This record gives sequence, structure tokens and C-alpha cells, in this order.
Amino acid sequence: MMAVRLKELPRRRYGQPGNAACPGCPETMGLRYLKMALGDDAVLVVPASCISVIQGIYPRSGINFPILNTVFAAAASTAAGMSAGFRLRGMDNVKVVVYAGDGGTADIGLQAISGAAERNDDILYICVDNEAYMNTGIQRSSATPYGAWTTTTVTGKTEQKKNVPLILISHGVPYVATASVGYPLDFIEKVRKASQIKGFKYIHLLAPCPIGWRFDPSLTAKMAQLAVKTGFFPLYEYYKGKLTISPPSRPFRDPKRRTPLIEYLKLQGRYRHILNDPNALKRIEEYIDEQWRWLNLLESTNGH
Amino acid sequence: MAVKVLTGNHAVAEAVRLSRVKVVSAYPITPQTTIVEKLSEYIEKRVMDAEMIRVESEHSALAAAMGAAAAGVRAFTATSSHGLLYMHEVVWWVAGARIPLVMAVVTRAIGPPWNIHVDHQDIMDQRDTGWIIAMAEDNQEVLDLVIQAFRISEDPRVYLPVMVGLDGFILSHTSAPVDVPDDTEVDSWLPPRRQPYVISPETGLVMGNIAPDEEYFLMRYSMHKAMEKARDVIKKVDIDYGETFGRSYGGLIECFMCNDADYFILLTGSWAGEAKIAAKKAREIGYRIGVARIRFIRPWPREELLELSSRAKGVLVFDRSISFGSTGQLFSDTASTLGIGSTSMIGVIAGLGGVDVTAEDFLSVSLKFIERVEEEGRVYEPVYWHLPERVRDKIVKPVMPLSRGDS
Repeated sequence: MMAVRLKELPRRRYGQPGNAACPGCPETMGLRYLKMALGDDAVLVVPASCISVIQGIYPRSGINFPILNTVFAAAASTAAGMSAGFRLRGMDNVKVVVYAGDGGTADIGLQAISGAAERNDDILYICVDNEAYMNTGIQRSSATPYGAWTTTTVTGKTEQKKNVPLILISHGVPYVATASVGYPLDFIEKVRKASQIKGFKYIHLLAPCPIGWRFDPSLTAKMAQLAVKTGFFPLYEYYKGKLTISPPSRPFRDPKRRTPLIEYLKLQGRYRHILNDPNALKRIEEYIDEQWRWLNLLESTNGH
Repeated sequence: MAVKVLTGNHAVAEAVRLSRVKVVSAYPITPQTTIVEKLSEYIEKRVMDAEMIRVESEHSALAAAMGAAAAGVRAFTATSSHGLLYMHEVVWWVAGARIPLVMAVVTRAIGPPWNIHVDHQDIMDQRDTGWIIAMAEDNQEVLDLVIQAFRISEDPRVYLPVMVGLDGFILSHTSAPVDVPDDTEVDSWLPPRRQPYVISPETGLVMGNIAPDEEYFLMRYSMHKAMEKARDVIKKVDIDYGETFGRSYGGLIECFMCNDADYFILLTGSWAGEAKIAAKKAREIGYRIGVARIRFIRPWPREELLELSSRAKGVLVFDRSISFGSTGQLFSDTASTLGIGSTSMIGVIAGLGGVDVTAEDFLSVSLKFIERVEEEGRVYEPVYWHLPERVRDKIVKPVMPLSRGDS
């Protein structure tokens, strides 16, 4: 797999002016990178999510993708059917890609994803994780991290974030990866790699939302990098039974090299109420340790 | 053409095979399962050149069929009862997306309490979704309707999905001789796949993004118009099918002994067979009763019923389902068509949860109604519960007794 180089990427504008995204939206960043990675052979399947809105209003669309919008809980199965349809028409070159939010993935869509993963349906599923139901106005999802304010957890969420990539690794699918909109080249490389693999591929893309996380819209990319630099959101890929920590995350395997967690949290209004609460901060640190413990454990089984 | 002895479910599978469906996605539920089993077998043994997606739920079953159809191939699914309710959201989505598709619905009661036997509550719950809804009387019609359903659904004047209902166990699990056409006959009768659009890199189309309210309104209007146009398409397809295969059923309704009838039994599904026997018996004792069997619940056979009722003294509507607090669904549609005018009407609720309803029941309820009409002049009774006397000794713990006036 060749590393992706910036100057080789297409220069076409993929997100058109006039799309309905908020300022600083990470999901349109992700869509642009996705298009850069896949070119024109991809079809998107989109369940209810911010992307339902961002793509624009009939009879126009602000996104250069053919899209089949579908019901909230069935993105993976809709895509599985499309993939079979193209295969039977001899159009194997068409990549069917789900672009769904964390609610549509970790919560209401989990059953359909599990089904598609177990059947190894030939689709690429991208979960754009903004860590809450942002489209309905910032309600907690199972992917909302501990401590975060949302409109349904006004004193902070009391449970930890659900780890969907690990759930999919346990399904034995050929490719699972995490990515962050703060590291476009890493994401593009992963999309390209995944799109060459037959079967079920999953990429969990962290997408910091300025509206829901309460930060300045100019800071989206920085926030997406801080999540990685603090060790909070490790980037890795799991391919053919082998776990590899991705280059952007490698320095932060060592806790001493990580950016202090508080640098990440203090920029986000959703954590304001716990910044002076040592117990809450400790629980987030524990979550980070737990992430890395899993990764180290999986890595230790490589080659076995 | 060959005569085979087939259950209703296997008649569905044969029709799906003959219709050259490319993607089948389904989830098992009693009494639909043998459709899925047979289709799996056909696909695994390469009797059918198709893919089977063995999904993890009915919600996904219809979603996957929709995805395949949106990519440009003929797709099929089948379900029943709770499965149909579970996929209800996708039922709406497919119709709104105007994606031609066919689904078999093996009609069954809805819990609680659990009950796997026939009634029509499940399919009646889908009336407002924008699907064309057909109901078969026997296994032959099951096969014929499924093949016809693809042609109707894929007709450019229609472009709406079609449900074909067959009664649980009564048809699904009962064997009967069925004329099965040859592959080549169906190939030349059923045109290649047509659909309003395909979502692919070639077309670059987007389906289902947000539409302004007025555009949305007009899309709903267009669905209704397509449903209206479907009336003619259904009738023509029925006639055309008859010319090729020798069987026509009469379009949206099938009329039995209707020409000179004073009273009509109006119903849908397999129990029409029992109603027809009752109509014959009634003749023997001097009453002219006809049976108007609704073959298509949607689009509703408005003109046909108006025509019939203009000559009728009274109409008995038998519903195998109810809208609680209102009436049986066929009754409410009938009443809205005929108007609450001079024609006498009774809405009989019977056969829920598979309670057996025989020719004897149809006859006794009808005679009682006729007697009242002759006596009172005009009868309008929207809800009349009928639980046959002969089954009442089966009741161990009655929740409550029937009211006076119900039978």
C-alpha cells in the first residue's frame, strides 16, 4: 500500500458551495476526503443523520455522490442489497459506502451492521462519530464519552463511550480501522485500502462537532488532532487478523508523550462542568488506559 | 405448462423463480418460512440465478431488497404478521421512493397473545403506505398474482411496490394442484426490469434527501395518481395474463353469482371459498346472494362496488381484522364508497386469530341480516361480532361474553 501524498490528490471541489452544513462541520470534511479517496465509482447509502440534511434540498444536491437515503436503522442492510444488485449487473467496480452517524451505527443501526458484518457483505461502512445525536439537537448516544454534557445528560454522561470498532473486530471482518478528520491522509489511505478488499470493511471516523461539543468552528481539525494526541482516540487498523497502530497515533502509545488531557477537554464547552472535578477527569483517564490496554492485547496476538 | 401439487408458499417460490428475481432477502417467520426455504434451495442449487441475503431482521429484509432494486435488479421478500409490522417503516420508504418491488405477505394474527393462525390484521395495517395490495383466494391465484405483481409494479404508469397476500396455513401450508407456466412463457410475458431511476455512478442520482413541503406534497399526490392509474393497469394485466395463460380473475374484484343478486357478501382472501358455497346454498332456499371478492385492497375497487351496490338491497362485509374503536377495514372503505344511504350494510368481524369460519357461518349470518332488512327496511350495523356457536365449547376462560346482538 502506497502512502497517500497530498500533491497527488485530486483538486476537484467535492463539497459544493451551498450545502447545508454548519460552519466547521467535520462531516463535510470527511465527505471530501472520501471522494478524494474513491473517485467517481462510489455510491453512498445514508441513514437519518446530519448527512441527510447536509446533502442539500431536492431537486439539488450539494455533494458529488449518488446517494440512496434510507431509514435510520437499516443503512448496512440497504447497502448490502445494493452491493448484491451491482454485482448481479456485473458492476463490481461500484463501491457501496455507508456514511452514517454514531447514533445510526452504535445505537439504532447496530443490529443491521452486525448482520452485514457477520455475512461479510461487500460494503464499506463509515461511521462518522460526532459523539451524540447532533442532527436532533445534541442528545447523548452510546458513543458519547463519559462526562460530556448533552441535552439529555445535562450534568454529564455517566457511562463510558461504546467501542464499536472492537465489536466489529470480534465479528471477524476483513478490515476495521479508526480515523480522524484531523488526519486526512491517514483516512484517505485507509479508505483506499479498504476499498480494495472484498467483504465487510469498517472505518470509525472521529468527527468533532463545534455545535455539539461547544467549541469554536475554526478549531475542528485541531480538536480532531488533540483527540489523537491525548491518546483519547487512538488511530489503528485491523487487517487480516493483525492490529497496527497508525502512524499519527504511534508517538502517543507512550503516555508520557501524550498531550495532557485537559488541553483537549478545556476547549470543549461540553466538559466545562467537570474541568475541576478530579474524579471525573480520572474516569476519562481510565477510559484512555482501557482503550490502549485493548489495543496492546490485540497487538500481542498478532501473528498467532 | 405443468400441473404441480404445491402449497401456497411453494407457489410463491415458483412464481419468484419464474419472474427471474435477482435478489431475495428475507428473514424467517411462521407461516412464511417455507417460501424462504424453497427460494434458498433454488438459489443454492442454481435453479435460480440469484443471490439470497439471509438478513438478521425483517426491517433489514425489505431494506436490502430496496437497495438491490435501487441498483437496478428485480428483488423480492416475504414476511408475515410481526415481521411485517417490524418492517413497517421500510414499507413506507420503498413506496415513497417509488421503487418497484414485490413482497409476499402470509397473513397472520398479531400478538399478544401469540397466535400464528390466519387473520388479516397484519396486511390491513399496511393500507395507507402506498403499496398496491392484492389478496389471493387459492394457490393458483397466488402464483398468478406474484407474476402479475412484477408486471404491475414495474409498469411506468404505476412504479409502486406490490404486496401479494395469501392466508396463513389455509393457503401457505395447504397443497393444491397449480398450473405452473413454462419459463419461456413467463419470459415472453413479463418484460425486462423497468424502474423510474437507478442509483449508480452512471446516473449520479440522489434519492430521498430533504424536499421542500410543497414538493413533498406533490410527491404524495403523484403516488395517489399512480394508484388511480394502477386500476386500469391491473385490469389490463389480468386480461392479458388470461389471454396467455388461460386464467383471468375479473380485475380488482371477482364476482360470484353477482348478476342477479339482491345481497352481496364482500370479503377478501381464502374464506371467499366458503362464502361461495354459502351463496350457492342460499339459492337453493330462494335467496339471491352474490360474493364480491376483493382481489385488490389498494387501489380500492371503488367503481366496481358502486356498480354492484346500485342493484343491491344489502351488503354484508366480512372483515378478518378490525380497527378498534371504528369498524373492520373493508367495512370502512365500503361505507365510504357507498355512502351511508339507502343500501343496508352490516360489518361482520369474524375469523380473528384463525377461528374457523365455514359456509354455514356465512349462510346463517347472511340469512339473519336478510331477515332484518326485509323486516326493518334498512339496516346499518357497522360492527357485528361473529363467533361460531360450535367453537364456543373450546373456550376455557372467556375474557368476556359477546354482547346481545352479536352472534
